[in-house]
Amino acid sequence: MKDTIESYVTPDGRTIGGVLMEMKNITLRFGGVTAIKDISFDIREGEIRAIIGPNGAGKSSMLNVISGFYHPQEGEVWFRGDRRPPMKPYQVAQQGIARTFQNIALFEGMTVLDNVMTGRLTHMRAGMLAQALWKGRAEAEETENREKVEKIIDFLEIQSIRKTPVGRLPYGLKKRVELARALAAEPMLLLLDEPMAGMNVEEKEDMSRFVLDVNDEFGTTIALIEHDMGVVMDLSDRVVVMDYGKKIGDGTPDDVRNNQAVIDAYLGVSHD
Amino acid sequence: MFYREAGDFSTTYSEDSQTFPIKFDRVRYYVVLAVAFLVVPFIVNDYWLNAVLLPFLIYAIAAIGLNILTGYCGQVSLGTGGFMAVGAYACYKFMTGMDIYLMGADGEWVRYALPPINIFFSVILAGFVTAFVGLLFGLPSLRIKGFYLAVATLAAQFFLVWLFNKWSWTYNYSASGQINAPTRGVLGYEVTGPTAEPWAAYLFCLIFVVVLAWIARNLTRGSMGRRWMAIRDMDIAAEIIGVNPLGAKLSAFGVSSFFVGVSGALFFAVYLGAVEVGEAFGIQKSFLVLFMIIIGGLGSIFGSFAGAAFMVLLPVLLKNILVGTLGWPTDLAAHIEFIIVGALIVIFLIAEPHGLAQLWRIAKEKLRLWPFPY
Repeated sequence: MKDTIESYVTPDGRTIGGVLMEMKNITLRFGGVTAIKDISFDIREGEIRAIIGPNGAGKSSMLNVISGFYHPQEGEVWFRGDRRPPMKPYQVAQQGIARTFQNIALFEGMTVLDNVMTGRLTHMRAGMLAQALWKGRAEAEETENREKVEKIIDFLEIQSIRKTPVGRLPYGLKKRVELARALAAEPMLLLLDEPMAGMNVEEKEDMSRFVLDVNDEFGTTIALIEHDMGVVMDLSDRVVVMDYGKKIGDGTPDDVRNNQAVIDAYLGVSHD
Repeated sequence: MFYREAGDFSTTYSEDSQTFPIKFDRVRYYVVLAVAFLVVPFIVNDYWLNAVLLPFLIYAIAAIGLNILTGYCGQVSLGTGGFMAVGAYACYKFMTGMDIYLMGADGEWVRYALPPINIFFSVILAGFVTAFVGLLFGLPSLRIKGFYLAVATLAAQFFLVWLFNKWSWTYNYSASGQINAPTRGVLGYEVTGPTAEPWAAYLFCLIFVVVLAWIARNLTRGSMGRRWMAIRDMDIAAEIIGVNPLGAKLSAFGVSSFFVGVSGALFFAVYLGAVEVGEAFGIQKSFLVLFMIIIGGLGSIFGSFAGAAFMVLLPVLLKNILVGTLGWPTDLAAHIEFIIVGALIVIFLIAEPHGLAQLWRIAKEKLRLWPFPY
């Protein structure tokens, strides 16, 4: 069993560490509707973990639980070996969890550079007085963080649009800027909510490459929701399958592909 | 034209993020500062001071303040007039010597009389008092947004004006209910009161404008400004990248109110000299400053200046043309003036909703290529 061992090496040579985040018996209800029902799974350090399922399965709700938007009625969230008390989203961000949204949530009025710089806000601590006078820490901090941001900008190949207001960019680039903003925070865990939705094949290939590169170069743990099965099976180390708020499968892409419950959920099942 | 970045290379990040990255801009900025400090004080007279320069400078501070709150942080406020009143009355109390009552050890109220404070420090302290009041009225902003917040700040406007009418301690129990600025000076030069020299009053305000504009620019280009703008553009996304919404909104309310308070203090002490609160700091003042930042451009320091200049200069200009050149009766001219200013605002909002700052930006983009646009 892979769950019990400390760490292992994947066929392509990456080392997957111990458990980084663990969801224990999460149940989330909105009034009478149960969006998530008693789901447990873990995310290990350095892996790419996919959450898949048909529409309305509760995948995005799960991501919202992780990032602190929703607070589950039952169950526990464990992060880095500690049980996490109920937190506001900004506190979760300060813990080192960054995310992107299904429908892009960029700051339209700001340039690409400023957008990516906002990703560094959790690392910026200069006081109001220092900032008002632009002396000491404020100035040094700005330059320091700019250097880190420029590395991300190089990495995602968006140098040429650095000073363009985000509102003017096409969809695919916006998605990439959003990824850049999340990466700028240097997160331990990166949550991607449908990073390839609405993209053509080439854009999907680019984005897949970036996801793999991020995982490889920065060692960032990634949890992603995606509908494109080809992408999911190629990218991820392990897959959680959800349907109607329940977990119906969990394992390597091959395990999941051959799981009868998963096949039934996706292809439908005859009731005779 | 000289306005282009060709040949200007930034080799460090701090060079790249400076306020005026283009050399021509930088030079122009220093020229404007030099003229404002070295030339204008020698030629300024009473008419120019009171009709144009003082209102422009003082409204510019208020506009920058409101722009920080509304333009940068996206929180609409209709309480600017009320906050200016706080600044004015606080400044009055500080400059005339405040008497405060503190509970003594034996449970009795003991009266302490503070000595009058230098006008320069009175203005700054008035800013801090206003910042505190602004923080209090900013608290609801965490729960209510948009129009509803505007209505809440409107309540602040009416409450504050009512307060300064009813609470006689604030106007030193004067029979008229007015406050009058006594003669006060800085370094021996009088800046308030009827005998103040025009150049001294002008320089006094100019120093506040320059320093505060510089501070506003620094705050808005750094991490604080990015927090505000993130909240403005999408508060949910801001929260997910680690911005504490309460902290960001309250800091915007505090900083904004500080600016508005300083502007109110100068408006009373240096410009008007005598103030009746409902008249000087009524709801129309709130709208005037709001018009300034909308016409000037939301989210732009330059826009605050442009908007203040537009709203101050246009009536003066129209009056000079209508009464001075065309010889119309003053009352007719005054009414026509309202119509023209109102119509211009409407036309302006339709033609360029992002304000004068956007026009300036477009002009700069064009100038970079001029005269060979290809």
